[in-house]
Amino acid sequence: MEKVSTITGVAVPFRRSNVDTDQIIPAVFLKRVTKTGYDDALFSAWRQDPEFILNRPEYANPRILIAGSDFGTGSSREHAVWALRDFGFAAVISPKFADIFRGNAGKQGLLVGVVDEATVETLWTELEANPGMDATVDLVERTVSVGNITVPFEIDDYTRWRLLEGLDDIGLTLRDEQAITDFEARRESWRPTTLPTR
Amino acid sequence: MNETPHHRPRTLAEKVWDAHLVAKGENGEPDLLYIDLHLVHEVTSPQAFDGLRMAGRPVRRPDLTIATEDHNTPTLAIDKPIVEPTSRIQIETLRANAKEFGIRLHSLGDIEQGIVHVVGPQLGLTQPGITVVCGDSHTSTHGAFGAMAFGIGTSEVEHVLATQTLPLQPFKTMAITVEGELKPGVTAKDIILAVIAKIGTGGGQGYVLEYRGSAIRALSMDGRMTICNMSIEAGARAGMVAPDETTYAYLKGRAHAPEGADWDAAVAYWNTLATDDDAVFDAEVFLDANELEPFVTWGTNPGQGISLSQSVPDPATIIDANERAAAERALEYMDLTPGTPMKQIPVDVVFMGSCTNSRLDDLRAFASIIKGQKKAEGVDVIVVPGSARVRLEAEAEGIDKIVEAFGAEWRFAGCSMCLGMNPDQLQPGQRCASTSNRNFEGRQGKGGRTHLVSPLVAASTAIRGTLSSVSDLMADGIEVDPRFSTIEGATV
Repeated sequence: MEKVSTITGVAVPFRRSNVDTDQIIPAVFLKRVTKTGYDDALFSAWRQDPEFILNRPEYANPRILIAGSDFGTGSSREHAVWALRDFGFAAVISPKFADIFRGNAGKQGLLVGVVDEATVETLWTELEANPGMDATVDLVERTVSVGNITVPFEIDDYTRWRLLEGLDDIGLTLRDEQAITDFEARRESWRPTTLPTR
Repeated sequence: MNETPHHRPRTLAEKVWDAHLVAKGENGEPDLLYIDLHLVHEVTSPQAFDGLRMAGRPVRRPDLTIATEDHNTPTLAIDKPIVEPTSRIQIETLRANAKEFGIRLHSLGDIEQGIVHVVGPQLGLTQPGITVVCGDSHTSTHGAFGAMAFGIGTSEVEHVLATQTLPLQPFKTMAITVEGELKPGVTAKDIILAVIAKIGTGGGQGYVLEYRGSAIRALSMDGRMTICNMSIEAGARAGMVAPDETTYAYLKGRAHAPEGADWDAAVAYWNTLATDDDAVFDAEVFLDANELEPFVTWGTNPGQGISLSQSVPDPATIIDANERAAAERALEYMDLTPGTPMKQIPVDVVFMGSCTNSRLDDLRAFASIIKGQKKAEGVDVIVVPGSARVRLEAEAEGIDKIVEAFGAEWRFAGCSMCLGMNPDQLQPGQRCASTSNRNFEGRQGKGGRTHLVSPLVAASTAIRGTLSSVSDLMADGIEVDPRFSTIEGATV
């Protein structure tokens, strides 16, 4: 997992709340065998509408999604995070995230920051006045900046640390790699192995 | 107060856990456990391998990893390309991943191909005291050897591939003691169905179950695997049986079993694994083997079971409102009327197979009943061995001929109609007596109705056309070997 500290790029004012994971990625895409390549699946139903915000040219190549409350509710599918990531999003800002979605995001290096409802409205207003404008999410300072506006966001210390260090679950375990290697050195020689084939 | 952890009396499960601790979790964090054997199949592994590729990570221990194709494989025409695109892609993806990451794979057509939980034991890879994981909930099967075996999700599959470890929260222990002697016609399957009916589908949650007592000791390894296999249907983390002479006799001489001095060292260690006499379990359940009868499910979860001699229960007699509502829904789905004797229920299909009951002993038991008989008219009977090797071993004993003479189909190995990921599915409304493990709505095919049974009940039902036991056959005047095992070596 890559280390995350500052994300700068096109920010999308996403005036929708209760965006559930079935909307983020419909179940029909869950039959795939890959963990990447879900960019076409993101919001696939909504993207049928030519007026949908992500179809507008000024929001091509977006990096930051500023969404309404209760983002990522519903099914636990990890694919929702993969689809956002594959589309190019590195951060989602919202007043409230579903727990499972927030957990899945942290494991995949997608930054999710919490701001209050009034702040989201302020960010939306500024971005809508300047479509396609860049925003900056600073994980070290825990702030979001749009134009002249800079506001704080919340993220728990543990997730922030993991993102700054670029540690996924496997990365965390591999911090104990010496202990694993030591264990392997102690392991009895008669324990079964699958190779060579006998 | 001065006791060190190793002087504390411990259960079998605690001993295996302690022996695999890489790092002890602190402040509520999980323990990090070493994994001795990782079994892989085509359904839950693709994204795990993809995750490794994205992160540029290798498989840490290909020599502790083995893959087979089972969930999607056809049981007919295995030499032809797989028609269903999703199934074909999953299998092709496993083949490519195994090649790229250097993992041993037993593909369709290979003698060791088959249901992952049949393949591990038959190769002698599943051994006492080891930790086993697989992206499949029925991994609990391997606990029959005194191993600690867990089913895991795809993210955890990736974690084990990358690190050969797994962070795990501590567990509680439950003793399930089955004392006495099973009546003729009563099997391991009936024991576990009775256990689940007793403690419920959530009764084992958070626990590792240890099956104990004279009735468990008397079972063959195939019978013990049937029991441990369904631990997950009681919601348990795992199920285990302490290793003994039966375990060692099964293992000795298998391809990956230790040899020579290694064998002696291994047995010496395995003999230390049994639960200490003064160890304390967090919960205890007792069952009297003498009282058990052939068991069958009437509903849509494995806990909704009764003795075959009873009648469909009346939901009105259930006090708990949630359970009553669940029973009402189940009876509606199953199209059953309260008060109907279970033995009057006709079936359309008999499925003999799955990781619960597809090993040689299971096939022998089934064959011993149907030998020289004809299947009931209008009933489709399919017999699916657990692995290509089991299929060949059964054929060497003439079981394929017995099955075909009976009018049943002798298929190639795989998960098959247990979950219908391949073309083996029930049609809407069809009723099946199945030796598998889950009677969930639609599991064996959309609208299909499942009654979970033992191989002996499956065979008797295939002959009579209605849910039946061996004693019903005898009452009909059909000659049945007193041990229900006319085939050499059968242990029912």
